[in-house]
Amino acid sequence: MEQYIPLFLTKYNYWVYIALMMIGLWAMIAKNNLVKKIVGMNIFQTAIILFYVSIGAKYGGTIPIIQHGSGHGHEAAVRAADYINPLPHVLMLTAIVVSVATLGVALALVIKIHRRHRTLEEDEILEQLRES
Amino acid sequence: MSEQYPALVVIGPLLCALLVSVAGWLRPRLCLPLALLGLGIAASSSTGLLAQVLTHGPVTYRLGGWAPPWGIVYHVDNLNAVVAALVSWVALTNLVASYRAVMTDYPEKIGPFYTLYVLSVTGMLGMVVTGDAFNLYVLLEITSLTGYALIGLGGGRAPLASLNYLFLGTIGASFYLLGVGYLYIVTGSLNMADLAKLLTPLHGSLALLAAFAITLVGLWMKMAFFPLHAWLPNAYGFAPSPAASLLAPLMTKVMVYVMIRVMISVFTVEFILSEVALSHFVVWLAVAAMVAGGLLALGQRDLKRMLAYIVVAEVGYMVGGAWLGNKLAMTGAILHIINDAVMTFCVFLAAGCIYQKTRGTAFEDLQGLFKKMPWTMTALAAGALAMIGVPPFCGFFSKWYLIRGGLEAGHWGFVGALLFSSLVNVVLFFRIFEIAFFEPMSHGHGGHDGHGEQGGPVALAEAPLSMLLPLMAAALGLIALGLATGPLVEKIILPIIPAGLG
Repeated sequence: MEQYIPLFLTKYNYWVYIALMMIGLWAMIAKNNLVKKIVGMNIFQTAIILFYVSIGAKYGGTIPIIQHGSGHGHEAAVRAADYINPLPHVLMLTAIVVSVATLGVALALVIKIHRRHRTLEEDEILEQLRES
Repeated sequence: MSEQYPALVVIGPLLCALLVSVAGWLRPRLCLPLALLGLGIAASSSTGLLAQVLTHGPVTYRLGGWAPPWGIVYHVDNLNAVVAALVSWVALTNLVASYRAVMTDYPEKIGPFYTLYVLSVTGMLGMVVTGDAFNLYVLLEITSLTGYALIGLGGGRAPLASLNYLFLGTIGASFYLLGVGYLYIVTGSLNMADLAKLLTPLHGSLALLAAFAITLVGLWMKMAFFPLHAWLPNAYGFAPSPAASLLAPLMTKVMVYVMIRVMISVFTVEFILSEVALSHFVVWLAVAAMVAGGLLALGQRDLKRMLAYIVVAEVGYMVGGAWLGNKLAMTGAILHIINDAVMTFCVFLAAGCIYQKTRGTAFEDLQGLFKKMPWTMTALAAGALAMIGVPPFCGFFSKWYLIRGGLEAGHWGFVGALLFSSLVNVVLFFRIFEIAFFEPMSHGHGGHDGHGEQGGPVALAEAPLSMLLPLMAAALGLIALGLATGPLVEKIILPIIPAGLG
């Protein structure tokens, strides 16, 4: 058991993202209300965004803006270890845009469903569909 | 000009989508011509690209001039070139056919419909030509989001079906993104060619296997591979017919292409051949897809839903072929991407023509259609024969390669399931022909009042010419592709089958 404790403590960012992902997935599967399912979907996507953001972080790293002006040659060279990795963060800007767009489409569809069925509870909608 | 083809394939329709959306506000009349322009640019440049790739070898296009591992590149070889040409031509043909259906069904939504249509095709073409794993995710989501909206335009149960597709599709895309994240952690790269190089020393590592499995689950979700197919029948069954005949043939096929691309160009065949247990499992899943798709199709009483379940079975053919692990089966899988796109297009377009006239595709609506719509039904018959696998229609040849691949791998389950699925297709389509040919038309009355058996000549009520001509082109394409199998395999497919496959 003891050998697993460091696994939890040092890699806690992974456990957090997996927990969030499962919460989102559970909401998408188990919730009856369509808007709650959409919230679950958003949690699911956010988990992956957090995962990406966490892999770019470094202990002691600063924001990746290079300041010029001090020293020449070796001293002016950029030490990558001083800066956090900006690439995963930039990728996630795109992923956030995608998830916002997905949310928009999902909510638009929900409005259309509500206009037709007058409810957002999935079991009531299925009931109506079975009757018709 | 010709060196810009890879960019034009994507940029042309993308810019035209913008113009179409503006035209939708100002001059709805201009939407269709602008959409035709966009897809025309895509179709001509992808054809030019195919010719270029076949004569000069693979093309690498640096977007913005950035060198490969840092910048995004479009890498085009025979496989993407042929799939891009296929996608753009099928989409263009379907656009012509969609004109009348959109006019009658969604007269107030012409602008949004064509914008979404062109954007969706842009995403598919981008996925096909890109050489960057993350870029692929973005384009995948462009296609998917426009696809949800296109399906949601339909009435009745379409929005609910589309929302379910959205949930499952988002899970799928997120899994793909997660898999790419794992690959990024172990390599620090997102470029496919670069990834393949960096991953070679890592073969056998658990992180790589996890990345592979997660990516695959994501892609399977998007292509509706059997246990993850739940969204497909409703989404394609309730979609507006012009959207169904765009998405059903192309979306699943593009995803199968992406899977094959990830298998051979990122993880490489050496890695796949070393994971024997995984490929066994996948081939058996494919067997289950073929059998279950066929059986579920048998239970349907609606033409479009039945076709949707056949799509589920067809995905099984291609995934199984790609995973059998030999050259013949891989050839069959790639050939089947091309053939299946055209035959699915043909049958869905025929269903669209029928819907245009009868306002329904339930089996009762099909009665007497051979007399009423002879040309449409002839094209449906051609598509059906191709799906069953009758020579000289193209379906026969790809199945032939798949079966030979199955025999070479000694996988009797795959061969048996493929034959079973073909036989089920025979039953499915001949049931439809029986209804359409022999059962008299029912108008809710008459039929039993003594003079019902020969009620005089039936008036011809064919679909409009703008739908019929594209349908005929698709049906003739089935025969043309069948006859062109030899050169297609020799010149295009064989050179890109990786040498590592047995």
